Amino acid sequence: MAKRIDVSGLSAFYGSHRAIDDISMTVEPRSVTAFIGPSGCGKSTFLRTLNRMHEVTPGGRVEGKVMLDDENLYGSSVDPVAVRRTVGMVFQRPNPFPTMSIYDNVAAGLRLNGSYKKRDLDGIVEKSLQGANLWNEVKDRLNKPGSGLSGGQQQRLCIARAIAVEPQVLLMDEPCSALDPISTLAIEDLIGDLKERFTIVIVTHNMQQAARVSDRTAFFNLEAVGKPGKLIEIDETERIFSNPSVQATEDYISGRFG
Amino acid sequence: MNTTPTVPAPPAEPAGPPPSAKGTATRPGDKIFLGLSRGSGILLLTLMAAIAAFLTYRAYIAISENEANFLTSFEWNPQGEPVEFGIAILVYGTIVSSIIAMVIAVPIAVGIALFVSHYAPRRLAAPLAYVIDLLAAVPSIVYGLWGALVLVPYLGGMNKWLDQYLGWTYIFDKTGTGPARNLFTVGILLAVMILPVITNVTREVFLQSPKMHEEAALALGATRWEVIRMSVLPFGRSGIISASMLGLGRALGETMAVATVLSPSFLFSGHLLDPGGGTFAQNIAAKFNEADEFGRDALIASGLVLFVMTLLVNGAARLIIARRKEYSGANA
Repeated sequence: MAKRIDVSGLSAFYGSHRAIDDISMTVEPRSVTAFIGPSGCGKSTFLRTLNRMHEVTPGGRVEGKVMLDDENLYGSSVDPVAVRRTVGMVFQRPNPFPTMSIYDNVAAGLRLNGSYKKRDLDGIVEKSLQGANLWNEVKDRLNKPGSGLSGGQQQRLCIARAIAVEPQVLLMDEPCSALDPISTLAIEDLIGDLKERFTIVIVTHNMQQAARVSDRTAFFNLEAVGKPGKLIEIDETERIFSNPSVQATEDYISGRFG
Repeated sequence: MNTTPTVPAPPAEPAGPPPSAKGTATRPGDKIFLGLSRGSGILLLTLMAAIAAFLTYRAYIAISENEANFLTSFEWNPQGEPVEFGIAILVYGTIVSSIIAMVIAVPIAVGIALFVSHYAPRRLAAPLAYVIDLLAAVPSIVYGLWGALVLVPYLGGMNKWLDQYLGWTYIFDKTGTGPARNLFTVGILLAVMILPVITNVTREVFLQSPKMHEEAALALGATRWEVIRMSVLPFGRSGIISASMLGLGRALGETMAVATVLSPSFLFSGHLLDPGGGTFAQNIAAKFNEADEFGRDALIASGLVLFVMTLLVNGAARLIIARRKEYSGANA
């Protein structure tokens, strides 16, 4: 089910601009890894290289290796579309398909992968919505448009949509930054449940959130504006927030810069 | 250059009262602007009412003298004895040629718009969009000449082919041997003419489709075509409909090009490849100069029907768009 991610020597470019430089790290299966760091340090860019979404941006280009267990995502014979079916993603702003009902939103990814019987589809939709802690709130209005839900519900709908296809890895790009505190709490609880089944990587600006939800934390930084972002260190979350091995990390988490 | 009759803008809804400024000081700028905008709104309504009144009055004069049924008669003889004229052949010709034009133009236009907005590399997309804009700037009489001098002779062979292989469908059965001055050719010509309008409007809409929904589809493992089907087309649906209606409006009212290509007749034929037929605008253009006062009233009566038809088309488009509002991308 969940797979290990092994990144080595990864750099990403926008045209000729190097956005992140020579990053290597390992993400353990069935764990939550948080990426923290100041704006522009490349943590979102790095996240998007893990499911080959970076190259969708005009001029986007990647060097290096990302191994998902034994498979290099950037191997020459690998189809980026297939990668995105194994590595799911949740975005900063909730983005359910506005023209689809709640049901169709959850089923969207499944319908891309093949045809299902109505009964099977019903089962998976229910399971996914339950997995996203949304079932009880929407079970009576599955045929209403997803855009009618609140922001927090929409984000959980997006999570349900992402987990419905049973990905190996779930990437989350600041999933709570557009939500109020109560919705944020609901998503954080959900992340705790989801890590039983998935490998989760989450980018966040909120350090308390990183401390609450993650097992391991990676700190990214850049030397100056215009310079590429670098991975400063990655360690057990507890250690990063109590006794980091690099001075810059301590400065950042204690609020001395950034 | 454009002989298209103005597509009547749907009557503006009476503007709700602006936030009342009672009790607070009004600035002169606000007053002037309020006057200007209210004046423009009233002017538009007055114009519409004046046109409708003029058409209705002259049409009433003509129809009250008519011995035949105005809506169902295939005759057009307002200056004869007895006075007999009807619009059945014009309704048929206008609708059939417009339908042919839409069936051909809409899929091609949507295809071009998708190619320009989502497939073509940027270096190619901009010049292509420019060329399409140029197509819209060609005067309709030029299209008419091209239709008469190029399209008609070339379509002769195609007509024969259609007759031979699709003749069993009845509509493609050609009963004579005349040149291709028929409704089918008119439909193809109209399709070329309305293509740029539909393409440009749909392309604009597709370009506005929200990036975040395209990314949502991509992240689920959608291919490029699936991204378009899941996020671009649903978002652009109402845009496609309104673009098509704009094109339909032009096709319904096109005059010079149709008049140049068609060999008009008031003999009904259900075979699209038979020469003859006519459309509202073409009939008015062809008959107006030789008509006397009463003949012109009769033509104006047919113009009124075209006016109402265009209003209905616009109304229908609005209904379709409004019904889909809950699901449209606008409330995302």
